[in-house]
Amino acid sequence: MSALPLPGRVVLRIGPVSGAVPVRAIVVGAVALAAALTLAVLSLGRGEFPIPPSAVLDVLGGEGTRAQRHILLQLRLPRVLCALLVGAALAMSGALTQTFARNPLASPDVLGVTGGAAAGAVAAIVLGGVSGGMVGVPVAALIGATISATLIYLLAYKRGMNGFRLVLVGLGVGEVLGGLTSWLLVRADLVDVSRATIWLTGSLAGREWNNVRPLALALVVLAPLAVAAATALRVLQFGDDTARALGLRLQTAQLAVVAVAVALAAVAVSAAGPVEFVAFLVPQVALRLCGGSRPPVIVSAILGALLVVGADLAARLVIAPRELPVGLLTAMIGAPYLLWLLLGRTRRTTA
Amino acid sequence: MRTTWPVRVAGLAGLVALTGVAVLLSLGLGAQSLHPGEVWSALVAPDGGDATAVVRELRLPRTVLGVLVGLALGVAGALIQGHTRNPIADPGLLGVSAGASFAVVLGMAVFGVGSLTGYIWFAFAGALAASLVVFGLGATQRGGPTPVTLALAGMAISALLSSFTSSLLLADSASLNSFRFWVVGSLSGRELDVAGQVAPFIVVGLVLAAINAPALNALGLGEDVARALGQHIGLARTVGITAIMLLTGAATAACGPIGFVGLAVPHLARALTGPDHRWLLPYSAFVGVCVVLLADVAGRLIARPAELQTGIVLAVLGAPFFVYLVRRVRLVSL
Repeated sequence: MSALPLPGRVVLRIGPVSGAVPVRAIVVGAVALAAALTLAVLSLGRGEFPIPPSAVLDVLGGEGTRAQRHILLQLRLPRVLCALLVGAALAMSGALTQTFARNPLASPDVLGVTGGAAAGAVAAIVLGGVSGGMVGVPVAALIGATISATLIYLLAYKRGMNGFRLVLVGLGVGEVLGGLTSWLLVRADLVDVSRATIWLTGSLAGREWNNVRPLALALVVLAPLAVAAATALRVLQFGDDTARALGLRLQTAQLAVVAVAVALAAVAVSAAGPVEFVAFLVPQVALRLCGGSRPPVIVSAILGALLVVGADLAARLVIAPRELPVGLLTAMIGAPYLLWLLLGRTRRTTA
Repeated sequence: MRTTWPVRVAGLAGLVALTGVAVLLSLGLGAQSLHPGEVWSALVAPDGGDATAVVRELRLPRTVLGVLVGLALGVAGALIQGHTRNPIADPGLLGVSAGASFAVVLGMAVFGVGSLTGYIWFAFAGALAASLVVFGLGATQRGGPTPVTLALAGMAISALLSSFTSSLLLADSASLNSFRFWVVGSLSGRELDVAGQVAPFIVVGLVLAAINAPALNALGLGEDVARALGQHIGLARTVGITAIMLLTGAATAACGPIGFVGLAVPHLARALTGPDHRWLLPYSAFVGVCVVLLADVAGRLIARPAELQTGIVLAVLGAPFFVYLVRRVRLVSL
């Protein structure tokens, strides 16, 4: 019996046990993970006080001089970890959203996270009600994201949930929040507008352990949930009715997926700002690298981490000793790559 | 939804009438409100008084521009949603807004352009260049551009351009200061010349859109069925996308990126008339005009005697109305 051709998978049979092993996804994931870790080590070594990669590894292994330990562990490691975690969280959130909405143009923006976080953060920056910049802004962003995501879910709920209605309501609410944000920016002082623009671009400058801890905690809880949710979503791609007929608890699954996607995006955006491109297009890049019919969650996460950590390294190198906001570089690196993928082959990918 | 021909004609007539009312409101209301008689005499028999000056110098240009931009964005939105068969596509998808924004910032930061009329050609050139690149990238695929490739190429180019835009803005705070007022989208401060400059492009775009409507109906059934029905897919896509580029490019050039119209108006129109593009396009056009003009009038009245930019009003007042409709009306999906 000839096996069904599964893109990027090899069917493995050991006695009575058989399964499809996603070889391509495993290879892509492993290569990307190795690249991400290499870039992380390189990134840790770069700065005003350069430390060679071997010394970086020593310090991470618990050795090294006191100065090196201080610089690496207190100053640089939080930032690099932040980059890895933010990238992974945003990309997973994007993969879940696109699968849930069955729409490659959907992203956590659609669920109100980015718009709410942006409105919250810009309000904190411009109105100055929350003083102290980096202390107040992430919290304001998190509050904004939570409120707007909840509002969207409640507004879209009407005798059950429907992905199409959720997406449209999300766009509407996002538009209101965008309007409020531009209104704040039109009225504000130019200094505040500059700060807000940097935040809106997405930046990792000056991130500390205080920023990393909530992010890491959230990912430890949410990443397994995201993988589990993606498994439930496998049947959702056939449409709501078919999924229900196949025995999926549709409302529960949808609420779970949306909640996980929102939470992932909200913690990431509040830590680093809405880093462009990652949530939107990394899942599409992962899909095209791995084959299949939906963006793979785990590979998306690894590629997201790779992109953000690489972009952050580039952001510190381009005009050293000054640095650029990381959000500028994610798009400059990621967009040409996606275009190249699009040009390279004709694929019948729809989701 | 089963709607008969006379009902659709009547609905269209109603929309045209509503558009007329919106035009009158736009000419009459503002910091200084005039009753329709004064507006009429100012238009027909100018007497050189205050009312004449207000109507002819200030309100006529922005009303004409509002009509043109509303027509353009409403139709372009219906076209892009039809071609991509994606309900969340908006005309900015092809890179138009990002291209226009980048070119305007380039004009401000590098060439020192500082006037609204100066921005127009930068914005138009940027919009066309970006969307041509997107279309070109999509078209290199075998079998012509597929909607998903087009959309993703548009996203990628938009992301790339907007990061260039941010780089320029972060380096130059004078440009940031002018740009924040341009990017919200507004009808105010534009002379009548502006409408005259973009009108030819919008007219050509509207004609192409009208030609494209029957083909869009066939394409809505899927490319294979459309081909079997005798449509030339590549030609239909090219005509449609050219129309979208011209309409959105001209509208964005004239008043900055006003995103929400192109997204929401086709949904309103589809709820009124169903998915037949021969009716959807004219309905979208007039709904677009009403929405833009009413938002502009509201912006003048809310913050009297100052005013709120049209783009902001559309987002803050128009979007909740859209959410309400999404909840109430049975949406006609694509």
